Amino acid sequence: MHINIEKVSHQYETKQGMLPVLKDLSLSIKRKGFTAIVGPSGCGKSTITRLVSGLIKPTQGSIFISNKKITSPLSTVGMAFQNPVLLEWRNVIKNIILPLEIVSKNMTYNQKISNALDLLKLVGLEEFENNLPSELSGGMKQRVSLCRSLVHSPEVLILDEPFAALDAFTKEDLWDVMHKLKKERDFTCILITHDLREAVYLADQVIVLSGRPASLQYDVKTNFNEEKKISDLYSSEVSQLLATLRNQIEIAQNKND
Amino acid sequence: MIRINNFIIPLFSLIIFCLLWEFLVWYNNWPNYKMASPSDLWPAFWKFKHLFLIYGWETFWRTVVGLILSVLVGLSLGILMGFSKTIRIGLYPILVGFNAIPKATVVPVIALIFVGMHNMNTIIIVILISFFPICVSISIGLSTLEREYEDILLSLGANKFEIFYKIALPKTLPEFFGALKVSTTLAFIGTNLMEIIEPHGKGLGHLFDSGKISADYPLMFAVLITLAVMGIFLYYIVVYLENIFAGWAIRK
Repeated sequence: MHINIEKVSHQYETKQGMLPVLKDLSLSIKRKGFTAIVGPSGCGKSTITRLVSGLIKPTQGSIFISNKKITSPLSTVGMAFQNPVLLEWRNVIKNIILPLEIVSKNMTYNQKISNALDLLKLVGLEEFENNLPSELSGGMKQRVSLCRSLVHSPEVLILDEPFAALDAFTKEDLWDVMHKLKKERDFTCILITHDLREAVYLADQVIVLSGRPASLQYDVKTNFNEEKKISDLYSSEVSQLLATLRNQIEIAQNKND
Repeated sequence: MIRINNFIIPLFSLIIFCLLWEFLVWYNNWPNYKMASPSDLWPAFWKFKHLFLIYGWETFWRTVVGLILSVLVGLSLGILMGFSKTIRIGLYPILVGFNAIPKATVVPVIALIFVGMHNMNTIIIVILISFFPICVSISIGLSTLEREYEDILLSLGANKFEIFYKIALPKTLPEFFGALKVSTTLAFIGTNLMEIIEPHGKGLGHLFDSGKISADYPLMFAVLITLAVMGIFLYYIVVYLENIFAGWAIRK
């Protein structure tokens, strides 16, 4: 599933008139790729997730998944947000099977549960299947949210700052969970983030957007190591990459002023 | 242990309340036409026990039917207002204005429109007085649903109906039960307004009126206490339902 965003412009209607957020944005994400998108606050990153998932249509331009133009939501997409948005009245396992209730109506209940349990084991939460979300920590909730976004085996996974609200160590744990999930499951991933280390650690391609209205400013591959480890983040190669990205963000912010 | 406490503590507070009441009347040496004491109530109650049973039942069933119907009206209006901004801004002024009218003034109007239909009159007043909190809470609950909750289902191609019954409705249940508790107590006000103001000769309101005419003050107080007990009973039924359907929202 490669994703092509071709000359996409988008604007929102606000009280102050039309607000352009994306302008002539073009980028391509290769099949099974992991692309991180970074950029200044409010530059339209979340708009990209809503466009790719088909929740909204671009004002101009088109988005293609495997050469098919997106016009409405696809059941082959999974999403997770900064807010884990778990349903508080359902226990962990029933939260995870929610997407299957929409896209796989013919699947038996037991099959749904067993799919969900497989994922729950991958993220290390198998003991908590019957707990309510209110009994989980922030990091655990986010793990459950990741399981839910993957339970229907989507071809594209869209992550909108899912780790932003977590403390530094929980974050690093979840990065490794993400690596594991990526290895076990077959999907193309788009990650929106403000954290450059996260972008470099998780993704194989990092894209810097310019300030609003956003377009492509910088595009870099981060394949510094086949099997990435947290300690790699402290190598000189990665430090240099992070410095370059930081510099690019500053350029983007200046344009915003 | 928790279950026993849930029973013992309210009972204990009721007993203290009655003792304080008894003491207040005794200390001030009030005659029972000024303020009856709890010890005056039981004889009054016993003397008219058949009437209490008959009238009590009339008041009770009409209140419950009215309450059930006001839940239906409140839910339907609340759902409409929760999903459509046009309906919401269109209906709010009417509903607020309607709710601001003292219901005692509506009673004669309703009684005139449906002359002789005692049960229906009473139930209509109950609905008018109790649907509003339910309607407002449901419409606020539905209209403030966070966008991400919708997005997780919308991005999978779910329709409006699936979003409603899988997410919006269960998420609004705690607010609904909060409003239902308010409506339950309001419902008794509705029943008795009709029973006291319009001489239908039915219900506890009528018994209260009879007490007033014959200057039987202990009887009037006994009616009030019966109403309070019924209100408490219905309230706990709502609490019971809340525990079943929205127990997840209650912090242990």
